[in-house]
Amino acid sequence: MSFTHHSHPDAAKDFVQNTERMKWHDEALWFVRAKRDRIAHTVPDWEELRNQASAIKQHTLSNLDVYLQQFEEQAIAHGVQVHWAADAREHNEIVLKLLNQVGAKKIVKSKSMLTEECHLNPWLEQHGIEVVDTDLGERIVQLRKEPPSHIVLPAIHIKKEEVGELFHEFLGTEEGASDPQYLTNAAREHLRQKFLAADAAITGVNFAIAETGGFVVCTNEGNADLGAHLAKMHIACMGIEKVIPKTADLGVFLRLLARSATGQAITTYSSHFLKPAQGTEMHIVIVDNGRTTQLGREAFRNSLKCIRCGACMNTCPVYRRSGGHSYHNAVAGPIGAILAPNIDMKEYADLPFASTLCGSCSDVCPVKIDIHNQLYQWRQELTREGYAPAGKKMAMKMMGNVLASPKKYSFSGKLARKLLKWFPKLSVNGRLNPWGRQRDLPDVPEQSFREWYQQQSSQKQSR
Amino acid sequence: MRVALFVPCYVDQFYPKVAIATLHLLTRLGVEVEFPAGQTCCGQPMANGGFEDYTKRCNRNFVQQFQGYDYIVSPSGSCVLHVKDHLHDDTNETAATTIRQRVYELCEFLTDVLKVDNLDARFKGKVALHQGCHGQRGLQLGSPSERMLPFFSKPLQLLQMVQGVEIVPLNRGDECCGFGGTFCVTEEAVSVAMGNSKLNDYRQNGAEVLTGTDMSCLMHQEGLIKRQQLPIRVMHIAEILAGTT
Repeated sequence: MSFTHHSHPDAAKDFVQNTERMKWHDEALWFVRAKRDRIAHTVPDWEELRNQASAIKQHTLSNLDVYLQQFEEQAIAHGVQVHWAADAREHNEIVLKLLNQVGAKKIVKSKSMLTEECHLNPWLEQHGIEVVDTDLGERIVQLRKEPPSHIVLPAIHIKKEEVGELFHEFLGTEEGASDPQYLTNAAREHLRQKFLAADAAITGVNFAIAETGGFVVCTNEGNADLGAHLAKMHIACMGIEKVIPKTADLGVFLRLLARSATGQAITTYSSHFLKPAQGTEMHIVIVDNGRTTQLGREAFRNSLKCIRCGACMNTCPVYRRSGGHSYHNAVAGPIGAILAPNIDMKEYADLPFASTLCGSCSDVCPVKIDIHNQLYQWRQELTREGYAPAGKKMAMKMMGNVLASPKKYSFSGKLARKLLKWFPKLSVNGRLNPWGRQRDLPDVPEQSFREWYQQQSSQKQSR
Repeated sequence: MRVALFVPCYVDQFYPKVAIATLHLLTRLGVEVEFPAGQTCCGQPMANGGFEDYTKRCNRNFVQQFQGYDYIVSPSGSCVLHVKDHLHDDTNETAATTIRQRVYELCEFLTDVLKVDNLDARFKGKVALHQGCHGQRGLQLGSPSERMLPFFSKPLQLLQMVQGVEIVPLNRGDECCGFGGTFCVTEEAVSVAMGNSKLNDYRQNGAEVLTGTDMSCLMHQEGLIKRQQLPIRVMHIAEILAGTT
């Protein structure tokens, strides 16, 4: 379940090399982006809805302690058991302890990016517990022993033919079968058995409502419902930023979430959980894992507004061509690139640079996170903290010196143009120069603009 | 009205014709333009690379060169956005603030300040407009396709005033071309893949000419066009609006 590359450019190069897959991946996600555009156009005041969502989240983040405590009190009053985890390890230990208390050995889990972030599956497996991801895409990547490549569409990088081969190996489907309906039915049969045999169900949380102590889980497959209602124990895992003040706020977020994510008006299931059914247990694990640190970083605080819709991934022209695994983090794409360095600057120092700063992510974001500005700010932060390569630092310093002085600038410009003219085109446009591998350099003019301008002015004066 | 021409460093050195076209266009529209001779660069290459701290003296020079003008106009959305968002000078912050408010990309200067509604220009050809991201989304020269706003585009509005120009529709009207400053070399594979997608879009829609507000995006795409020997001519929007070719 680990990543093959730990550098975005290297991983991206591999992904791009398979041109056919790269193009198909780009088009599949662009299709989702276009669908999102069409459905967003049908909502009057879409932009106002984004403002509202952003304001609610902003307000909640500023009063997080109040709303989390209110949520806890309300949940406990309904007979739900609430647990607090400072980090991923604590989260995993709590979940394991709860499962061990009832002797649960077989677990079904619906999609939860938090448990991906905490690497819960390998932890439970190490302790002799079977975890089955019940979201179809998640099950596919789980069988392939891969992490998801997208937070909403975990198997978007895999073709149906490859799913056919995988299911033939693990689920005994016919060799060479790739009909999506046939394969989905096979997965359904397989997962039904897992649901029926499960001792406990783990789900994520999309929205936790402080006012009621209830929470909402959104799925398209109903797998969260099925798991939670069949098993004797339901454990819901959530980051501290999932809380919202009121039930009425759901009207804002549910309208935005699915439209932004997949271009659907709403997810097929928006399941509301309030209290355990008779004879069952319901637990909520509330996790920090770096979130309060991010909350304390003023420039990056509002990244915690994220509702994990994945719209920034679908729109990102880099993500669409580099694939989710190139971000070597549970959450990929532009949002992953501003969340990950908060956890580990060294490991993720490459991510804020895996962007052209085109700004599409910020414009598509339903809760108005200024993602591209934060990418820019992370670049500054990482450099200040010493995570820039030494060669780059030297080059940038030199460039800064030259551009600070009109004289040095004019001289260097002239020199550069002469060098480009003198050297044969092959060496400049050659393989060693990353610009020149697939691109020509511009034709070099005799005069710079300033030289031309001076000449014009002196000619005018002498006339 | 004192108007200063801000010529991005790479335009100065590699595309003087773009600055000349800008100068001619503004002069023809009755604007008296000055070119502050000591200007160098806006500092964006260092800043986007994460080295904002190395832009301080560059910024100071920029402030010295451009203070005191009513308007600062440049044929680049990207450099203008950088100045607008990031120009600071702790020795003269007041001047820096004024400059941030008075700097304009060429097209928006034409549509918003000069309120041009007629250009005496001719250009024959099927033209694809590349909406550079920093102009499109940063300066809001047009309505970004992600936002649910009534459609508008300042560059397009101006191109439509040029006789003979036929604008070709694009499949992905404001998708990034993949230049991205140092991104174009540090992420060469993705950068080129993005550029090639743009070229396919132009070809599918029968474009003969590629234009845009930023020579940096165009330099990257021109590099690909030349290497692949495609029949697409690349011109900055100032050259078309000036009607000089």
